[in-house]
Formats: sequence, structure tokens, C-alpha cells
Amino acid sequence: MRQISAWPARRKKHDEDVDLVDCSSSIRWRGLVLAIGNWQLAIGSLNMDAAPTAPERIKGEAATTFERPLARVPLVLNKRNFSWLTERISGVVENPAPRWWWVTFTITATVATFGLFCLGYQISTGVGTWGLNHPVGWAWDITNFVFWIGIGHAGTLISAILFLLRQKWRTSINRSAEAMTLFAVICAAIFPGVHVGRVWMAWYLAPLPDNYGIWPNFRSPLVWDVFAVSTYFTVSVLFWYTGLVPDLATLRDRATSKIKKFLFGIFALGWRGSNRHWRHYEMAYLLLAGLSTPLVLSVHSVVSFDFATSILPTWHTTIFPPYFVAGAIFGGFAMVLTLMLPARAMFKLHDIITPQHVDKMAKIILLTGSFVAYAYTMEFFTAWYSGNSYERFAFWNRIFGPYWWYWWVGMLFCNCLSPQLFWFRWCRRNVYVVYFVCMCVNAGMWFERFIIIVGGLHRDFLPSSWGLFIPTWVDIWTFIGTLGIFTSLFLLFIRFLPMIAMSEVKIVLPEADPHYATPAGHRPVAAGGKERS
Amino acid sequence: MRTPAGHKVYAMAAEYPSAAALYEAAKQVRDAGFKRWDVYSPFPIHGMDDAMGLKKSWLSAVVLIGGISGLLTAAIMEFGPSSFLYPLTVHGKPTNFFTVPAFFPIMFELTVLFAAFASFFAWQLMNGLPRWHHPIFNWERFSRATNDGFFLVIEARDPRFTENETRDLLEKSGGQHITIVHDE
Repeated sequence: MRQISAWPARRKKHDEDVDLVDCSSSIRWRGLVLAIGNWQLAIGSLNMDAAPTAPERIKGEAATTFERPLARVPLVLNKRNFSWLTERISGVVENPAPRWWWVTFTITATVATFGLFCLGYQISTGVGTWGLNHPVGWAWDITNFVFWIGIGHAGTLISAILFLLRQKWRTSINRSAEAMTLFAVICAAIFPGVHVGRVWMAWYLAPLPDNYGIWPNFRSPLVWDVFAVSTYFTVSVLFWYTGLVPDLATLRDRATSKIKKFLFGIFALGWRGSNRHWRHYEMAYLLLAGLSTPLVLSVHSVVSFDFATSILPTWHTTIFPPYFVAGAIFGGFAMVLTLMLPARAMFKLHDIITPQHVDKMAKIILLTGSFVAYAYTMEFFTAWYSGNSYERFAFWNRIFGPYWWYWWVGMLFCNCLSPQLFWFRWCRRNVYVVYFVCMCVNAGMWFERFIIIVGGLHRDFLPSSWGLFIPTWVDIWTFIGTLGIFTSLFLLFIRFLPMIAMSEVKIVLPEADPHYATPAGHRPVAAGGKERS
Repeated sequence: MRTPAGHKVYAMAAEYPSAAALYEAAKQVRDAGFKRWDVYSPFPIHGMDDAMGLKKSWLSAVVLIGGISGLLTAAIMEFGPSSFLYPLTVHGKPTNFFTVPAFFPIMFELTVLFAAFASFFAWQLMNGLPRWHHPIFNWERFSRATNDGFFLVIEARDPRFTENETRDLLEKSGGQHITIVHDE
């Protein structure tokens, strides 16, 4: 009967403290305990601790007891404490690299080397090594550019938009998602960088006059793109590093070797966790989130302007900006899960990246995937409704033309149908189903960009100008190479920097609340002590 | 102020078992009228600014200035060349100020860029960072401030600082491991 005396004390606490897993059963049990308690009151057997005050409070609250909708699953499972989080997350960096890490890194670094070789080859030989030709002047290069830029968007969505929306679950995944953003943007920048032809002339993109005193055309979407992508990368780096500083200080304070202490000390900027510092820091973090939010929406909108401001059928549409942004978040979340699920399994982070996190990301994939499916549908409707024969032909050609299977497999199956599995809770909770859908989406989003770009070009207005795109080995290996560069950078990141934002995850623990009252019968281990479970 | 051994005293410091305890202690120290003191925690504690009697950070003003300067930079950079230095006529479109919507994307991007830089440098400069050393690091226990330790530090240069009364206050507020931190 100790539960009765404990009950009023527990009620005061924050709702996050209650496990949802236990929630239904605990509510049921409490009901039973209450019933027994009331019955005992009725027969007047009050021989328990603190009984005189407890029953009245329970009586008054009995009506609301059974509907406690605010009970939430804790974001960190098994009641882990602060020091456990520090140990586990820093351990990823401090302990020797596990064998799988070396195996994976060897493979990805080899693939990356192929990519770098291809880059060197095409820069020294010329862009003619790609399969670009009339009429398809943009193909894999721009597809890969849009693909990688899009992947970055999920990182900023998690770090900025979910922060503004006070989604506390983001804290477990934001650091690695932001790192993913940076690496994806690096991969993206490679393609237009090489596509300009003479890479050493890339400074023509900068706002500087050339030999004839002509400046770039600031009203051109391609120039907007340069500004948007470089701003996006810079702001993402600033935001990411700002978030890293307190965690670098943690690693500094734990460092055992002199060189580590020195390096982490330099990059931690002398951070010491002072509240006078946190005050400005939190404001800066909030403002960076507020700045990144419209920025991330603008980047893929500007990318879509590259197409939307042209006069080609299938490109010249006003739906492109929201369509591209939704697609970017859709594809980006799939990539976040693609990276996080193995990382969480390898480093045993299941208490921090819980089924709840996977579930929520799956729901976002479902939501944005449905946006994308709606946009695909609207494109067809608009083509038909416009009555424009070129537009109608282009869309008919998309389904039944030479690239028909890209549409059926990539856009229809991978992007529209596969995420619909996430309507079912069982699918969102099953890691293998989630991984399958994410892989479908990763591939599907690449196909989507290819269909939009090459699909818009390969059937020109005159049939005499028709032609197909055939990639060369350089095209193929450059793309595969960027996959290697991306994964290698990510693997290096998880070995050298804390992949989970420690200082942020600690905030979501119930005891981080300044009004947290220790519940009766529940003794937190003293600071620095052992695990609590 | 110096210890009998001749060391210069930086502050008196105490550790607290939890964020809640630190929060309550901060309110007591605030009410006792101290000015030069600080609390240290591995994460920002919600409501601690009020508990310490601090006002809202004015960093946002710096960021606003950064954003405005970014907007102006973009406007000058775009309109200068496009309307005056070398007006480019593309697709037969005019080059005057009426075409301003086509200049918006870059104005927006530079506004965000400058504001983000302002925010990034402001939080460091306003906090006096980067700073490679600080007397509080002389306290061995303090390395837990970035792990799971909660600390309250009252500096010796605070006008209200006296060794016995400050120690009493820290003890009364639930502080543990109360110690004097040296300056060197």
C-alpha cells in the first residue's frame, strides 16, 4: 500500500516522468490501488504511513486519474542520468574504434578515392568525359547536385525548425543530422563546381567584375543559387559549431592525453558552463535557429527556380518551390535514418535514440512523402488542364516514354507508395521495414530529380532534336564517389566529435527541471555515481 | 584577498547535488545581494536567469544590426553594378529599380548570412570567449561542470564577500564541498 502515500507526491512532478510503455498499465494499477484504498477507508483500516492526508487528495483527483493524456514516453529510456549520457556519448569518441568502423571506413574511403580520381580526370581532361550532349545538357551532375542539397535539408529542419517548434526529441539526433547536412552540401558543391568547365574560372560566380568590367547578372537564378548554397553552408557550419562548443568542453575536461586536451581546449573556446554564458548562448542559438528556418526553405526554393524560371515543359511550373522543399525534407529524413539506425546499433545508443524517435521521423517521412505525391499528382492535372500540347506530351512521355521505368519504380513505387507503410504503427516500429522504406526513398528521390531534369530535356520541341542521355563511367563513378566521400566524412565525424548533443539531451531528462522533486521511493544516484536502472 | 599561505583568492565555490538545488541556492544568493557570482551547469537550466536576477540577453540587438547591414550590403552590391556601373540588359528587361523583386533572393541570403555571423561572434565576445584559462579551472572538482556537476561560485571581489558569511550562506543553501578557489 505504499503506492497510495507515494501517489500525491508523484502527481506534482512533470508528466514526462511517466513511461508510456507502463502508462496504460500503471493507470490501471493505480485505479486498482485507489479502489482498494477507498475500500480500506470505507472499512476504516487506516494503518499505513501518511494515510490521514493521502486519501483526501486521491479522492478529489480520482476523476481525472483515468484520463491523463499528457503522460509521455521519456525521451531517454531506462532512467539514465547525466553522467551515463556523458560516458556513453563521449565513449564513442574516446574508446578505440570498433572493428566494423575500420571495415566500413576502408570500403567508403576506397570508394571516395575512385570519386576523387574521377574528379581529377574530368578536371584535367574536360567535362566532355561526361555523357552530356545535345539536347541533354544537364543530367547526372545537376541531378546529383539537387539530390545532395536536398539531403542536407533534413538536418536543418531538425536543428532549426523542430527547435523553434519546441520538439524536444530532436536533441538526440540534431548533431549528427547537422553534420550530415554539411557533408551533403560539400558533395553537392562538387558538381556545379566541375560543371562550370574550367574550375579555375569558378570565381566568375563571385560578385566581381570580369576583364570587361561586366558583373554577374544578379537577376539570374543561377547566381541566386550560388548565394543561397554558400550562405546555407556557412550558416550551417556556424550553427553546428555553436552547438558543439559545450560538448567539446566536456571532451576537453575528460581528455586524458595532452594533445587531445590541447585540441579540444582550443576548439571549446574556454567554455565553462557558466549561466551568464548560457544566457547569451541560448539567445544566439535561438536566433540562429530562427535565421536558419527561412534559410533552409529558401535554399531549395532557389534551386527549384533554376528550373521554374525556364520555359521548358515540366520545368516551368509555380508548384516547384514547395514541391522541392517537401521532397528535400522527405529525402533528407530518409538519409538521417539510413545513417542513424546503424550508428545507434553499433554504439548501443538505444536508450537515447529510442523507438519513439524512429517513429516520429517515420511520421515526418509519411507526411512529406504525401506532400510529394500530391505535387506529382498536381503536375499531371495541370498538364492536362492547361491544354498545352507540349506540356501534355511531356507528362505522357514521363510515364510511357523511354524513361518510363524511372517513373514507375522511382517516383510511383519508391516515393509515393512505400512511405504509405508508415500509416501502420507496426511498420514504424520495425527497424527493418523503416530501413527498407528509407532505402526506397533515397533511391526514389534521385530518380525523381533525374526525371525532372533529363525528362524535361530529352524530348525537345522539335522531334529532330530528340535524344537520350547515356552516362559514361566518369558520370557513374563520380556519383558513387560522392557517396563514398559522404559516408567517409560521416564516419570520421562520429569518431572525432560527439555525435549526440550531450548538453542538449541532458535538458530533456526530468531531473534537469529546476522544479523537479525527487519522487518518494525513488533515489537518484549521487552525481558521478553508478547507473540508476 | 589572500589566504594565510599567500595565495590570492579568486572565489568561494560550492557544489550542489541537482539542478533544482542549484536553482534554489541561486535565489538565495541573489536575495543576499551579491553581484559578482555565477552558477555553472552542464546545460542551461530553465528559469535560472530569473533566479540569478539577470535580464534578457541583448544579443538580439547585435543580430538585428548584423541583419540590417547584410541587407544594405546586398542592396549596394546588386544595384551598384546592375543599375549604374554596367547595366546589363538581359531578355530585354529593364535595369531600373522596378525590377527589384529579382534582386530579393540575394538580399535575403546576405541578411541571413550577416545576421548569423553577428550572432556567432556576439555570443563569444559578450561571454569573453575564447579564453584559454580561468581561475575556476584551478578547482579539481570543477571538471564535472561539463558532465553532471552543479556549482555556485561567489567571487572574492564582490563587495559583500566575507569569508565566514559567504560560507554560511553557501552552507545554508545546501552547498557541498565548499572551498576557496585560488587565483593562480
